[in-house]
Amino acid sequence: MQVDVFRKRRNNALIFFGVLALLTAGAIVVTQYDVEKGFTSLGKAFVWGAANLYPDVKSLAKLPDILAKLRDTVLISVAATSAAAVFSLALALAGSRATRIHRSFTLVARGIASFFRNMPLVAWAMVLMLAFSQSSLTGFLALFMGSFGFLTRAFMETIDEVGDSSVEALKATGAAYLHTIFQAVLPSSLPQIVSWLLFMIETNIRDATLVGFLTGTGIGFSFDVYYKAFNYHAASLVVVVTVLTVLIMETVSNTVRRMIL
Amino acid sequence: MTLLELKNVTKHYSPAVAPALADISFSVNEGEFISVIGPSGSGKTTLLRTINRMVELSGGEITFAGVSISRLRKSELRKLRSKIGMIFQHYNLVDRMSVIENVLHGRLGHKSTLAGILGSYTLAEKEQALRIIQMLGLDEYINKRCDQLSGGQKQRVGIARALVQNPKLILCDEPIASLDPSSAKIIMDYLKNISRDLGITLLVSLHQVDIALKYSDRVIGVNRGTIVFDGKPDELTRERVSEIYGFDAGDLMINLGESEGYAS
Amino acid sequence: MMEIDESIEVWGKMGKRDGGNNLRPLIAKPLDRATLAIRLTLFVLAGMTTYTFLTLGSNGVNVAQATAETLSNFATMFLHPYSHHLTVWDAFYEVLITLGLAYLTTVLGGVLALFLGLMAAQNLAPKWLTNIIKSFVAVIRAVPTILWVLIFAVAAGLGSTAAVIGLTFHSVGYLTKAYSESFEDLDRSVIEALRATGANWWQVVFQAVIPSSATYLLSWTFLRFEINFGNAVAMGAAAGAAGIGFDLFMAGGYYFDLHEVGLITYLVLAFAIVMETAATYMKRRLQSGE
Ligand SMILES: Nc1ncnc2c1ncn2[C@@H]1O[C@H](COP(=O)(O)OP(=O)(O)OP(=O)(O)O)[C@@H](O)[C@H]1O
Ligand SMILES: [Mg+2]
Repeated sequence: MQVDVFRKRRNNALIFFGVLALLTAGAIVVTQYDVEKGFTSLGKAFVWGAANLYPDVKSLAKLPDILAKLRDTVLISVAATSAAAVFSLALALAGSRATRIHRSFTLVARGIASFFRNMPLVAWAMVLMLAFSQSSLTGFLALFMGSFGFLTRAFMETIDEVGDSSVEALKATGAAYLHTIFQAVLPSSLPQIVSWLLFMIETNIRDATLVGFLTGTGIGFSFDVYYKAFNYHAASLVVVVTVLTVLIMETVSNTVRRMIL
Repeated sequence: MTLLELKNVTKHYSPAVAPALADISFSVNEGEFISVIGPSGSGKTTLLRTINRMVELSGGEITFAGVSISRLRKSELRKLRSKIGMIFQHYNLVDRMSVIENVLHGRLGHKSTLAGILGSYTLAEKEQALRIIQMLGLDEYINKRCDQLSGGQKQRVGIARALVQNPKLILCDEPIASLDPSSAKIIMDYLKNISRDLGITLLVSLHQVDIALKYSDRVIGVNRGTIVFDGKPDELTRERVSEIYGFDAGDLMINLGESEGYAS
Repeated sequence: MMEIDESIEVWGKMGKRDGGNNLRPLIAKPLDRATLAIRLTLFVLAGMTTYTFLTLGSNGVNVAQATAETLSNFATMFLHPYSHHLTVWDAFYEVLITLGLAYLTTVLGGVLALFLGLMAAQNLAPKWLTNIIKSFVAVIRAVPTILWVLIFAVAAGLGSTAAVIGLTFHSVGYLTKAYSESFEDLDRSVIEALRATGANWWQVVFQAVIPSSATYLLSWTFLRFEINFGNAVAMGAAAGAAGIGFDLFMAGGYYFDLHEVGLITYLVLAFAIVMETAATYMKRRLQSGE
């Protein structure tokens, strides 16, 4: 008996790692990833990075320009997150178990969230670019769409976790629907909701770089310009500034989280 | 005077399984303290929840204070619920809010939508909440968050929330099932006081036969959705208890005669 | 009609009415730190958002017109998906490449992160080491994936190799944090008990730490796989990596072919949703104890 259990466990592990290795080999073939080149270029990249990828004195002249772009990026990330959060909260309330108006809303809300969450950011950016061209609005809207999907899902899970016991109690006292939302659901889930908001802003600042790249706005565009001009010192300044911003943002959110959760 | 009357009440959660309530009829006089006992799954919770229509009935009729509850419109239903307090096994408080805020939630049924959303209560309501909190010995915790309270304290907040509704009837679904014996006794004593001093009618579902006997004026025994006993505590013999619980209830009865030390 | 009197006769029995004034200070609710922090955060975010809306220009774009145009573009995209350049099978294969990228980078990242995570867990490694590793991966995480890929592209050239290294880097940063936190959740007493029997560090890790946190590790890894799929699409578009992202970029940015964008989007969506469903299913099974 005992031995069987061990053997079974070992066999399961073998199968698991076997499949993992097989899939890895398959993935290497399909993507035509050059393992050897991967290792050598890793070394080369570090050598090259040490030699070129640092801000020099001359690049500091670009700092004001970079900071202005950074400011746009941060503002857009925050605005997209906050705006999306409002819509997400409404949809999440309509779809959560405790607060839904009808059973079917849950499935609908899930579907909408899944659509917006899984739609590639690139597709949003490309399509929005066609009409909104290279404006900050393009970046804002692209981030808004992705955030809307993600936050709806997150908020729904949060509200479901908070549970329906207090909602039930308020209903039993004769409270109206909106009372249960504002007096029970929101007070219980707000800390977690704020925590998700902060997380989303962090993510969006990083994604804004990508969107900026595709739509020619913000800090991503700055990097693109310097990179394509082989001005690696200035490009590295962009990296440094971005890293600092994200780290500060992370520290701030961790502090806030510790206080509210 | 009759406060509540159930006539041939039935409840089917799904057509495939046996009904949770089958043809239940009884009436409750104002001021009575009634315990509902019965094995797990017998329909106690369902019975209590049909009374404030947290569960919709499938058949029969319930009259509360002369009003038939089954055809009430939304606003009338709110009004009905505001007259019936409910106390839960798991307290069902908003954990992150303070004791006083949770108690004041009992007033939401009387408030306009906007006032309720903003949580603005009149001074009279706050005074009343405070008096009830003091009565239940919770004054030190008034501004504490409810997640910092013990189980017994949480249940007292639950009772306060029901009392501030100014209810005619309070439904208690296993109010002491999650509590240690001494907190349970405190809660039962409070319920008894409420019934005796304030004349509020109480319908309490319980798992402890001895406690039911000790505290109540009347005991209703349910089994598989039907009433198998309805009478005074002293009419509840060993045989009747076995009938309610569906097996020889020797163990359950051990405490029958010797629960003297329990109530104050 | 309901006719229940609203009298507070019962209330009267609950005690004498004392003056409201000495009750007032008791009822006044003190603002606790958590509430204050929440309000402050929401206030700052609302302020920044308003400011953004007021100041960020639309760059001369007519918003109403652009919105209408975008909506009609979406209609074209989603209602008439069609491709001129790609057969459906080509597109399918391209998605497979993207999937391969995501898989490869998740596995590579996961293996590296497992070791780094052990070194970063406070209950398994000395404090100086955990601090070093944690700061190191925090910086790695702070650099957007696209920048990692482009930085490596200088040495490796644009393409799969740069994309794999860049995506792996970011995955390592993310998973190390996730893994080490899962390890830290482990009860200290379990480790101490094994230690007390004379087990060495590696034995503790393989007999207690990894088995007990395996479900968390797996669900984090799945989550990262989903993220990497999205990232791999993006890297195709922004950094010329192979896969469906590149086709998406060409269709949208060069050919302005909304029909093809639609087709590709549907494909990517289908894959992503299948993965999401699978991940949710597995997470639920893992949580319920297999
Ligand atoms: N929401 C529901 N949906 C479907 N069936 C339900 C639901 N609630 C209760 N039931 C069923 O109705 C029957 C009565 O349940 P009820 O909860 O009223 O019993 P109970 O006496 O309160 O049990 P316990 O002592 O365990 O609380 C049970 O068979 C139960 O499975
Ligand atoms: Mg029950």
